[in-house]
Amino acid sequence: MTSLDQNAVRPLTGGLRPRNGSVEKAQGRMGLIFVSAYTLFLVVFGILPSLYAVYLAFTKKGAFVGIDNFIKVFKDYRFLPAVEHVGVFLIVWLVGLVFFVVLLALVVHSIGIRWLSSSMRFLYYIPGALAGASSVMLWLFVLDPTVSPVGFILQAFGITSLVSAVQADRLPLVLAVIAFWTGAGGWIVVMYGALNNISKDVIEAARVDGAGPVRIAWSIQIPLMRKWIAYMVVLSFAGGTQLFVEPRVLSQASRGVVSQDYSLNQLAFLYAFKQSDFNGSAAISLLLLVVAVVLSVVFVFRGGLFERA
Amino acid sequence: MSALDLSTGRPQPTLSPGAWLGRVFAILLLLTFAAFFVVPLIWLLIAPTKTDRQLLLEHPFAIGDWPTLVDNWMSLVTFQNGLLWTWIGNSAFYCIAALIITLVISIPAGYALALTEFRGRKALLATTLVVMLVPGTALVLPIFLELSAVKLIGNPLAVILPFSFFPFGVYLTYIYFSTAISRDLLDAARIDGANEFQVFAKIAMPLATPVIALVGFFNFTGNWNNYFLPYVTLPGRKAPIQVGLAELLSNVPAFNPTNAASTTISLSALALATLLAISPVLIVFLFSQRFLVTGMTAGGTKE
Repeated sequence: MTSLDQNAVRPLTGGLRPRNGSVEKAQGRMGLIFVSAYTLFLVVFGILPSLYAVYLAFTKKGAFVGIDNFIKVFKDYRFLPAVEHVGVFLIVWLVGLVFFVVLLALVVHSIGIRWLSSSMRFLYYIPGALAGASSVMLWLFVLDPTVSPVGFILQAFGITSLVSAVQADRLPLVLAVIAFWTGAGGWIVVMYGALNNISKDVIEAARVDGAGPVRIAWSIQIPLMRKWIAYMVVLSFAGGTQLFVEPRVLSQASRGVVSQDYSLNQLAFLYAFKQSDFNGSAAISLLLLVVAVVLSVVFVFRGGLFERA
Repeated sequence: MSALDLSTGRPQPTLSPGAWLGRVFAILLLLTFAAFFVVPLIWLLIAPTKTDRQLLLEHPFAIGDWPTLVDNWMSLVTFQNGLLWTWIGNSAFYCIAALIITLVISIPAGYALALTEFRGRKALLATTLVVMLVPGTALVLPIFLELSAVKLIGNPLAVILPFSFFPFGVYLTYIYFSTAISRDLLDAARIDGANEFQVFAKIAMPLATPVIALVGFFNFTGNWNNYFLPYVTLPGRKAPIQVGLAELLSNVPAFNPTNAASTTISLSALALATLLAISPVLIVFLFSQRFLVTGMTAGGTKE
């Protein structure tokens, strides 16, 4: 504090211009010091692991083998089914997510009573506190008709046991419902924020012109939410390809009805841990990582959400 | 039934049949989804007060009794000499250590990206954005492969250090400092003779409390719920609670009839363990709803 006080009495005029160059230099130095620790973490836990996965994916026992590891993985009888499982799950989940999140955000936003609107958002958001193993654990109970709080709904769908709830044809839907339950509330809050940013004058003008709520939503609100919807789809798609904990816990609880190699990440895990084949594991991880990075790069530079950068 | 006022406060004396139907539909939709999101949680709060028999036979929302809750509690406490508490303690240690490291490295980094000029700033910012949007799980196996190459698997650092790499936190701090603090304010302090570190410590930091809370929240809750990374890098007794919870599942006969584990866990005790596992995050969620909204919409909202 002392230096600040001493300098405060110095006449301003003299010190202003000539110091600018040195101030910029000091700033530059400070900036570099401030980002150094973070940059180190970025390198060690972001860039290096990716490069190491690239190295492992193209080598075997340290020798370059081209795309042999990838060919081996593609030929694995478990690979295509895993791609299909993840793909079907993604379609079911993303369609449901976009439709219901946008619909619910619009409806919640149209509530005129403030406390009701905010408590709705709160109720929708709360399950976000459960992610990872705990949300699947809770859904094991919900999906087991003998203890489920909604057993009557399960029975209406012909589900008589947990095992029948997670049968192959139902599983993508079940996984999508669990993912929706955990994550949709957060997105509804985000979309609600986006809706709040739309100027009230625009909406009012449309209303004066005779547009009803559906027309306003379709022609004004949804187009203006587009960036955010794209943001949600990109993040959810990239996240969804990573499917791991849900099928893993369900596999454990369903006596193997859900297989251990249901998703791609599970398969990559099995390669590393059951077959001790780090090269094969790296090949699968790299495929997933490339999907995620490409999506992310395209979105950052084309999505329009991060123009500031 | 004027719960929904679709016309933002304008008086609407008469409703056309179409508008009336619309309102009924909207109300039904809101209530259905409210039930969908909340019913499983309510059930989870009730289940530990019942025995397994009650869970199977009684109405799902009938509340059990106190002694049963105590019984379930005791069966968890005694499970493998309190392994559950070890797991929860592990989670607390890893998450708090990671939280401190995250704040120490992310806040200055976000500040520097927002308010100082240095070589490579743009590249670092772009990389941060890209890495931030890549799901954390995509890097789990690569990080595992890297850590096993340097023989860190099984060491608490194998969880704490990856947990402390939090580009989203850097981005949030960057957004906050570039919108909430003007460069003029900092320049004024510089003209007054403050050096660069003093500008950060005396001007920027006191204004940064909201973003520190926000970064802390997302980091802590995300790490607490993380399953995949600790599952592969830190198994066994050192595992955090999320991994432990899944471990517990293999001791529940209802889900593994062929399992011959010596100590078994009842369904209601498993429900209690799930509740305990989520309680820290649930409590944080309940008390931080308002400011989260600002955090989750911090992005392209430039207005």
